[in-house]
Amino acid sequence: MTLDEHTKALRDSGRKALVAFLTAGYPDERTFVEMVKAASRAGCDVIEIGIPFSDPIADGPIIQESSTKALEQGITLKRCIELAKELSSEITPPLVFMSYINPILRMGIDRFAKDADSAGVRGVIVADVPLEESEEVRSVVSEFGLTYIDLLAPTSSDDRIDTIASGANGFIYLVSVTGVTGANSPEASDVTRFVERVREKTELPLYVGFGIASASQARSACESADGVIIGSALIKMARSVEASEAPEKIETFLRQVRGAIDEVADSATPVENPERTE
Amino acid sequence: MSDGRFGVFGGQFVPETLMPCLIQLSETYEDAREDPAFAEELHELFRHYSGRPTPLYHAERLSRAYGGSKNCRIYLKREDLNHTGAHKINNCLGQALLARRMNKTRIVAETGAGQHGVATATVAALFDMSCTIYMGELDIERQHPNVLRMKLLGAEIVPVSSGSRTLKDATNETIRDWVTNVRTTHYIIGSTVGPHPYPTIVRNLQSIIGDEARRQIVQVEERLPDALIACVGGGSNSIGLFYPFLEDEDVRMYGVEAGGSEQGHSAALGEGTPGVLHGSLSYLLQTEDGQVKSAHSIAAGLDYPGVGPEHSQLKDSGRVAYYSVTDKEALSAFQDLSRLEGIIPALESSHALAFAKQYLSDSRSKPGEVILINLSGRGDKDVESVEKVLNP
Ligand SMILES: Cc1ncc(COP(=O)(O)O)c(C=O)c1O
Repeated sequence: MTLDEHTKALRDSGRKALVAFLTAGYPDERTFVEMVKAASRAGCDVIEIGIPFSDPIADGPIIQESSTKALEQGITLKRCIELAKELSSEITPPLVFMSYINPILRMGIDRFAKDADSAGVRGVIVADVPLEESEEVRSVVSEFGLTYIDLLAPTSSDDRIDTIASGANGFIYLVSVTGVTGANSPEASDVTRFVERVREKTELPLYVGFGIASASQARSACESADGVIIGSALIKMARSVEASEAPEKIETFLRQVRGAIDEVADSATPVENPERTE
Repeated sequence: MSDGRFGVFGGQFVPETLMPCLIQLSETYEDAREDPAFAEELHELFRHYSGRPTPLYHAERLSRAYGGSKNCRIYLKREDLNHTGAHKINNCLGQALLARRMNKTRIVAETGAGQHGVATATVAALFDMSCTIYMGELDIERQHPNVLRMKLLGAEIVPVSSGSRTLKDATNETIRDWVTNVRTTHYIIGSTVGPHPYPTIVRNLQSIIGDEARRQIVQVEERLPDALIACVGGGSNSIGLFYPFLEDEDVRMYGVEAGGSEQGHSAALGEGTPGVLHGSLSYLLQTEDGQVKSAHSIAAGLDYPGVGPEHSQLKDSGRVAYYSVTDKEALSAFQDLSRLEGIIPALESSHALAFAKQYLSDSRSKPGEVILINLSGRGDKDVESVEKVLNP
């Protein structure tokens, strides 16, 4: 199944999507792999694997530090792809790479897309590639059957929302706050307003990320959004304990989040959308 | 591919959050360029506030010392005599006018040598805007006089402790602040780097250097110079000098990068490969895996692993030749100019001087050449660091 089909199936079944973001190789390779498996057991629907970069301008201190630590231990994009290959054969949720553009350019977009695809990766998000720069990477990864995910921000104009949404696939990543990852948590009312603005323009599932740090925030975001992406909060938890305890710690937390967003889904009627069940 | 490309280089590699603001900046700038009042206000500020035109000085003793019997004439474009002590103010005054046009009330900037930080803090004071400057911890130590100046000017200084604790890391933090506060805040980027439209805006504002120098040299020499020399950090003082001469085929141009020491270097054009840092595609010091390497230079303003995208194009086209000189060579040139001409140059500018010495001592130069060096800044900020190196 492609990522596109997966996210649509989730939405059509009325299930809110839970997406975990984990930095590849943090705190070490083995613990990272175990954390991904834990996230899968806890009921995550998609796992985002963060590709460490030396200069992550869209990230706050928590993810920055995790990237630095992972790089100090020698993680490379090539190694991230190997780890993804190992994981995709063991867990069911699709894997999505979240990267900055430079490591991808250095490897060559073609080779990156080809290797990521054969490793079983289903989607790609590039934090520092806006619409204006996306043509090449979007078309190459799509050729290999991966889904290219677009981001929208609270500062995006209605025109941009319209243009970006009309070319988007899989889901749209709504950056919930004006800022970097993990620094601030969004106001619930701002999330609702943002989701509604985008909803007017597209049928695609809308997942909210950046700054979602608790089950109650996830639940409130899912009142309007189709899913939530949790990253910095997981890394922070992993950082607060011994590596050996990190997988269990995040699993417990993600189970709580799962429960909270499932309650929202249960209290709403599943989306009936006859056009989509052809 | 987006606008704002220099050949294949440049572009706008930034998070979506910043795109609307870059579009607004482009539109505001296009608007301002059509508005005679903008040009006039900038001109008045240049003239009465920062002291333009800066002199073009015939450095006779330096010419003799470096040129020997070649009888060459070295001219220095005295950007060191600008208010705040470097060419950086040219860019800051222009961008402050743009910030005001966009109704932004707060300014952020990165700084390495502290010259751009001082110039930014200066215009923020003048235009009554609040100002936050990001500076690497290592640079805070080695450019201490400029830290004190920024404080007096009312700026908040945020020390940056990540990475190599220098300009690259300060730039990362500035971008993060900007992403967070983009609705109220304008980022005055300090060189011809960053996403479009910055490299173009900064180049156009700095072109005043080359425009003046062209007029001045023609006035005294009644001809164009044979060679232009400028140091290259991000590339703003060099492109500012070169740009108005690019069409003059007989004028050769030399950009001088920091060759550093055994600790490393900052020669992105000389040693780098194309990559994306801070919003644009350009030559970059990076690993096989696409991670950005730490740079090194004795000159904080050159200590940066990237370079402006237009220089990458000028390198590939061969229009400008790029070389590097070492920390040690720059340091000797620093002393040479001080003793021979009574001018203490910035360590950054000393790289251009050190290259001139090499150039005049070998077959690249012919007898009787007219050489124009951009003296991008003065060395007051460097006296403590230089003293530590010379008399440890
Ligand atoms: C005096 C001086 N010259 C040169 C530079 C290098 O910057 P650019 O290459 O943009 O001129 C700096 C930067 O701080 C500087 O202070």
